Amino acid sequence: MDLHHIFTQFYAVYGSLINFIGINSLLAISLYVTLSAGQLSLGNAAFAGIGGYTAGILTMYLNVPYMVALCAATLMSGAVAVVLGFPVLRLRGVFLAIATLAFGEVVRILAINLQITGGAEGLTPIPNKTQAWMIFTALALVGYFMAVLRRSRIGWSFASIREDETAAKAMGINTTWYKTLAFTIGAMIAGLAGAMSAHLNYIITPGEFGFSAAVQLLIYNIVGGTRIWYGPVLGAALLTALPEILRGIGVSAGPVRMGVNGFILLMVILFLPNGLVSLFSRRKD
Amino acid sequence: MALLEIQNITRMFGGVCALNGVNFSVEQGKIHGLIGPNGAGKTTLLNILSGMTPPTSGNILFSGKNIHMLPACRVASLGMARTFQNIRLFPAMTCIENVIAGQHLIASRPLLPRLLQLPSAWRQDHEYEEDAMATLSRVGLENRAQVRAQSLSYGERRRLEIARALASRPRLLLLDEPVAGMRHGEVSQVAELVRILAGEGMTVFLIEHNMSFVMALCSRITVLNFGQVITTGSPDTVSRHPHVIEAYLGVDKSS
Ligand SMILES: Nc1ncnc2c1ncn2[C@@H]1O[C@H](COP(=O)(O)OP(=O)(O)O)[C@@H](O)[C@H]1O
Ligand SMILES: [Mg+2]
Repeated sequence: MDLHHIFTQFYAVYGSLINFIGINSLLAISLYVTLSAGQLSLGNAAFAGIGGYTAGILTMYLNVPYMVALCAATLMSGAVAVVLGFPVLRLRGVFLAIATLAFGEVVRILAINLQITGGAEGLTPIPNKTQAWMIFTALALVGYFMAVLRRSRIGWSFASIREDETAAKAMGINTTWYKTLAFTIGAMIAGLAGAMSAHLNYIITPGEFGFSAAVQLLIYNIVGGTRIWYGPVLGAALLTALPEILRGIGVSAGPVRMGVNGFILLMVILFLPNGLVSLFSRRKD
Repeated sequence: MALLEIQNITRMFGGVCALNGVNFSVEQGKIHGLIGPNGAGKTTLLNILSGMTPPTSGNILFSGKNIHMLPACRVASLGMARTFQNIRLFPAMTCIENVIAGQHLIASRPLLPRLLQLPSAWRQDHEYEEDAMATLSRVGLENRAQVRAQSLSYGERRRLEIARALASRPRLLLLDEPVAGMRHGEVSQVAELVRILAGEGMTVFLIEHNMSFVMALCSRITVLNFGQVITTGSPDTVSRHPHVIEAYLGVDKSS
């Protein structure tokens, strides 16, 4: 009884933060998938947007059941990734990053100018259907998928491409296929997260998945570490909770918070080049 | 029978002719050497064979099948594996992980049984891990299985790269300077391994500057100079060829 009371109290205060951590963790994993195949994509925020709009439009205008809308959003983001992936993944390193960023801009401009997406004001009111347990069930399933994927043929191919793409080709790995697969799986996870987020916040606006959102996902990965799938989750949880933690210890001014954010990123890059997960690693590097 | 036929291969880089009408064939089950001074075009030829570089003109037949238009991953899937002159390992992976990654073509490791936690998946993992261990022992790295590739010595890296190439059980193994920078003991270890592999029926095509290694190991040798084949023949005939003595052996007095 008492414990239940404490829990409800806690959730009343921190519920939105907890949900936010879950959504950001999913988004961070979505980028992790592409990074695990050695591809730096800055398009995952846009894939989240595609998922959010797809699901929102379906539930608002067509009264589609929530679960069906989530699946449709996931598939839509995946389909766009397949079409985009084949031409774009020929590019390497920073050129791929720039191309995916440009894709994000195209999606944002489309969202601003189209009728059906609600223009610059955004799409609202999207029915509030997402609950905490759904977010964390999705996170658990995605985490399990990532943990299993690692030791499958796909996971080994991703890791080989990330380590040395030329050697991977010589070993018989069809790098074009596996890079597109990584890009697509990442986009699907982002699409799912975007759809859940849209049905949590009542609204989705074009500004939510611009440049800064894309870079934020990268920061989650760098801070958490990209050696294993829960690294990005750690990064997302820490950096999402940080403003609340800082408020708790009395720091509330915006610029100070931004500074602390940047400070953490810098410390991790300097002292933990493999991210926070290396704190828990058994193997010395 | 010829496993590999190289027919009239020419490769231009801008105005530079790296290979000019190269013709020879590699016999099934034999150890075939390719020698020649630096810049002769040896690595370029290996890149063309393995599908990493397209030839400007000419044909490559691999067990009768024309492969010069195929991408590298397709060529590899036909049973050709290679190493690189400037070693290309997976540095952050351990030795055994490098070999397991190299099993790509023979190990299916399907996702579904893993998602369902079926015992068959773990049994399969275990079998492939034992196979990788056996491959590591062939190159003498069984004690280094859990060491990251980036922490290995130079000679160990070369040997690990050979192990990774062997992991897919290729019919044809291409080695680009496999004993460059190795200590004497390691050189004879690699020579012994290549001999055993050929004894098991594998065809080995290798580029090497170490003349005693090449002369002792290869049954046929092709000499390349300025992108052209000077001669192909047995070690004896090749070492007595006047152009070879002039162009190559004269410089490098049998190290
Ligand atoms: N990618 C490339 N671009 C331009 N020139 C190249 C390239 N690869 C090789 N070459 C040139 O082709 C010639 C043969 O090089 P290479 O095959 O590496 O020789 P070797 O392995 O016999 O030392 C050299 O003149 C080299 O400069
Ligand atoms: Mg060379």
